[in-house]
Amino acid sequence: MPDITSVISTLDERQPYIALKKAKKGGELACDNTSIAGSMSQRACVYSGARVALNPVTDAIHLVHGPIGCASYTWDIRGSLSSDKETFRTSFSTDMKELDVVFGGEKKLSNCIDELAELYNPPVIFVYSTCIVGIIGDDLQAVCKNATEKIGIPVIPVQSEGFKGTKSDGYKAACNALKELIGTKEPEIKSEYRINILGDYNVAGDVWLVKPLFEKMGIQVITSMTGDATANCISKAHGAQLNLVQCSGSMTYLAKWMEKKFDIPFKKISYFGLEDLSIALRTVAEFFGSEEMMNIAEDIIEQETNRIMPEIREIRTRLEGKTAAIYMGGAAKALTLIKGFRELGMEVVIIGTQTGKRADYKQISYRVKDGTVIVDDANPLELADLLKKQKADLMVAGVKERFLAYKLGVSFCDFNHDRVVEFEGYDGFLNFARELDTSVNSPVWKYIGSRIGDSYSGSKGAEGIKGPSERSERKNETEGERNNMQEINSITLQEESVA
Amino acid sequence: MLDYTPKEEVQRDALVVNPAKICQPIGATYAALGIRNCMPHSHGSQGCLSYLRMCLTRHFREPTIGTTSSFYEGTAVFGGASNLKKALANIEAVYTPEVVAIHTTCLSETIGDDVGQIMEDVQEEELIDPSIKLCAASTPSYVGSHVTGYDNMVKSFVTTFAKKTKPNKKLNVIPGFVDPGDIREIRRILSIMNIPAIVLPDQTDVLDSGIGGKRGLYAHGGTPLGDVEDSANSMGTIALCEMSGGAAANLFKNKFKMQIQIGPVPIGIRFTDRFIMKAAELANVAIPPELEQERARVVDMMTDAHPHFYGKKVAIFGDPDIIEGLTNLVLEMGMEPTVVLSGSVSKKFEERVSKMVHPLYPDSQILTGADLFTLHQIIKNEPVDMLIGNTYGKHIALAENIPLIRVGFPIMDRANLHHFPVMGYAGAARMVEWIGNTFLDIKDKTIPEEELEVVQ
Repeated sequence: MPDITSVISTLDERQPYIALKKAKKGGELACDNTSIAGSMSQRACVYSGARVALNPVTDAIHLVHGPIGCASYTWDIRGSLSSDKETFRTSFSTDMKELDVVFGGEKKLSNCIDELAELYNPPVIFVYSTCIVGIIGDDLQAVCKNATEKIGIPVIPVQSEGFKGTKSDGYKAACNALKELIGTKEPEIKSEYRINILGDYNVAGDVWLVKPLFEKMGIQVITSMTGDATANCISKAHGAQLNLVQCSGSMTYLAKWMEKKFDIPFKKISYFGLEDLSIALRTVAEFFGSEEMMNIAEDIIEQETNRIMPEIREIRTRLEGKTAAIYMGGAAKALTLIKGFRELGMEVVIIGTQTGKRADYKQISYRVKDGTVIVDDANPLELADLLKKQKADLMVAGVKERFLAYKLGVSFCDFNHDRVVEFEGYDGFLNFARELDTSVNSPVWKYIGSRIGDSYSGSKGAEGIKGPSERSERKNETEGERNNMQEINSITLQEESVA
Repeated sequence: MLDYTPKEEVQRDALVVNPAKICQPIGATYAALGIRNCMPHSHGSQGCLSYLRMCLTRHFREPTIGTTSSFYEGTAVFGGASNLKKALANIEAVYTPEVVAIHTTCLSETIGDDVGQIMEDVQEEELIDPSIKLCAASTPSYVGSHVTGYDNMVKSFVTTFAKKTKPNKKLNVIPGFVDPGDIREIRRILSIMNIPAIVLPDQTDVLDSGIGGKRGLYAHGGTPLGDVEDSANSMGTIALCEMSGGAAANLFKNKFKMQIQIGPVPIGIRFTDRFIMKAAELANVAIPPELEQERARVVDMMTDAHPHFYGKKVAIFGDPDIIEGLTNLVLEMGMEPTVVLSGSVSKKFEERVSKMVHPLYPDSQILTGADLFTLHQIIKNEPVDMLIGNTYGKHIALAENIPLIRVGFPIMDRANLHHFPVMGYAGAARMVEWIGNTFLDIKDKTIPEEELEVVQ
């Protein structure tokens, strides 16, 4: 594990969570803890974890039992797409008021469930509990059990009281809800090879670029979870012989349960980037031990790679040598991104996650170069300092970090809920490369820090803008500009502490 | 297809589908972001702050700051006092704010944390540097909505900081939960009128800040604490919005015996007139000819374009004060507001809008405390030509094949709208252009080729 050094100035208690990778072995990065009071953590709560992991179930009713905010903030922002019903994009809330808090919300909840059943006749209703429910002691289990009997539709409680743990506990709550469905229907067997795709949320349609690859290999994909999943296909998930887990933070718990309960082994894979995608296809073919399948996989890998490589190579010429910062919710995405950036000739200089575990950070530290900063649960101030200190050209993160990066003149790519194109599969990787190209090489960055007179002096501004091929010459100059911007920092960097 | 709303009326007593409101903490945070060097602090679990920051960031496309007491299971059992004390010490150490504006959440309210008492303890025990000022507002999510949260936080600023010394000959303006583009427009009008103003709070140069130059954690905008203190000495107070700012205005009246005006929000010609007249009266100045000319230009634009929107039916949803102003504007333009719907509850809003609309259009529906499911049902039964509201109207707009004019909060699917005003004559001009030309765009896209006109 990397050495713990005071990389930037922040709270003493936060120092163990930021580390610089060095050649020599040192201490360990602290992680997997609750956030410090008074911090500006980018993390969310248990409810948020449950909501992101479970919400993509397309034909389910997702009823939020609590005051209005918890439902308002999470209405249709996941970015997951559906090939069928869009019920999950409607927001349902019990909108608890003061009287409900005083006298209990059970009756209102059960009325809401009745009204939902009448209105939509859904295949399943998930009821999310929020902070307040945990405090006033509404018996969610009992209300849901009674409702299930009354309306004849599974009404499943999601125990996601916001304060009872971290976002990771929310993933577990979502998995526990899924467990109630899995195994309740007989799967239709269409192939002798069957898998589930776990930990893929079909953001911007990712699953649709991956599933066909497996189908070409003669494999039946029983369900993806939870992107583009329906209650019906989830209930048949036990018909698979192998679970592929991508977002390991959210779905490993469920995969382990399925292994124990249904004897279905799981493999951790990623569908992002050329190398990881090849590994995913080969891993599956190897698992089933079919030579024919392996041949098809090799054909796919060769053909698809050849198909996208010309454009990738062309984009690579414009990305080569640029530096990237990664700040992701979970570690799985962060890990696979390191390889993806390498394939595009870019170097990772900062890598962090909100919910990474000890083992994840160990993996990360093996894959990054010396001099890379590794950080857990960073706050915006730390991220801003690190972006400047490590001279990142581009940041890959979620919406809260986007404008932080922009303000520092750092280009940005959303690898979270707010992206609008697929990043998985072969075309997804091409999309990713195009998006980086679009942001890194946009002329807008040249104007940052420029002033009215600059356009005429030719040093900056409109006349200073050059075409993509000329831009590399300007790299040093741009870096100079960025260095000047470090003055805007409110915290003094401790230069001497970084070797 | 995203259309899951049935046309037939359904009985709902408990369930809310597609809310048209958010909760108090986001309003309290937005208000706090309008005070210079102020750290908004959420006294609750970290999800609340994370969500509301995400929502603010998506709308304003700016980094938003805020800290949290980070409640966990133990906190809920033992109370949040020690978390808040620790949080304040950490905030002082890392973020060095001038002010910390604490708001509560449904969690801290329900476990019975007395934030006022905790604050007193912190100050008495000198746990933090006494030069860091604290204020607090009670903002449980199960009472009111985001506009109430704003209202409560601004009231707390005035209660905590405003101090009577000597008259300053300034006018206080409380903008309400509105975009920086609107605040800039109000400032511009007052500057033309030569009226020195204290805008409280002021999110310009915070949530519409420019790029480059020196920037620390705190953007350089925001009402300086000195101005908040001095607001007690102003010659009058205008709260543009009743629900977000009315409480503070009443406090100025009752505590500091100040003349006040609450609403109507200066959207549309007549409401803008009223604002300008009231400001002129309170500051005892004449209305400059420049504003008369500006007004005349908007009237000219309306006359030039009137055939493009006359008689068109429109549905409006959002926060009570804002949509009351929008209703005023569309009535001036000769459009028919067939439904005006607010998510936040205000009976006064319902009465006022009814008084404006019903003499002309007796069948129009004015609803308060309703959701977008209801709005969609009404539109299905009484089709409209246009929808005005926030981003979440896009599901309805798509289903009904009508344009959505994006006004309100949050707008997450279009960039930069918050830089531009809806208020004032400039706002009216913008809306007249936007609404009129939207109808022409639709006409040009949908008419048969042989009917395409170069002149219209």
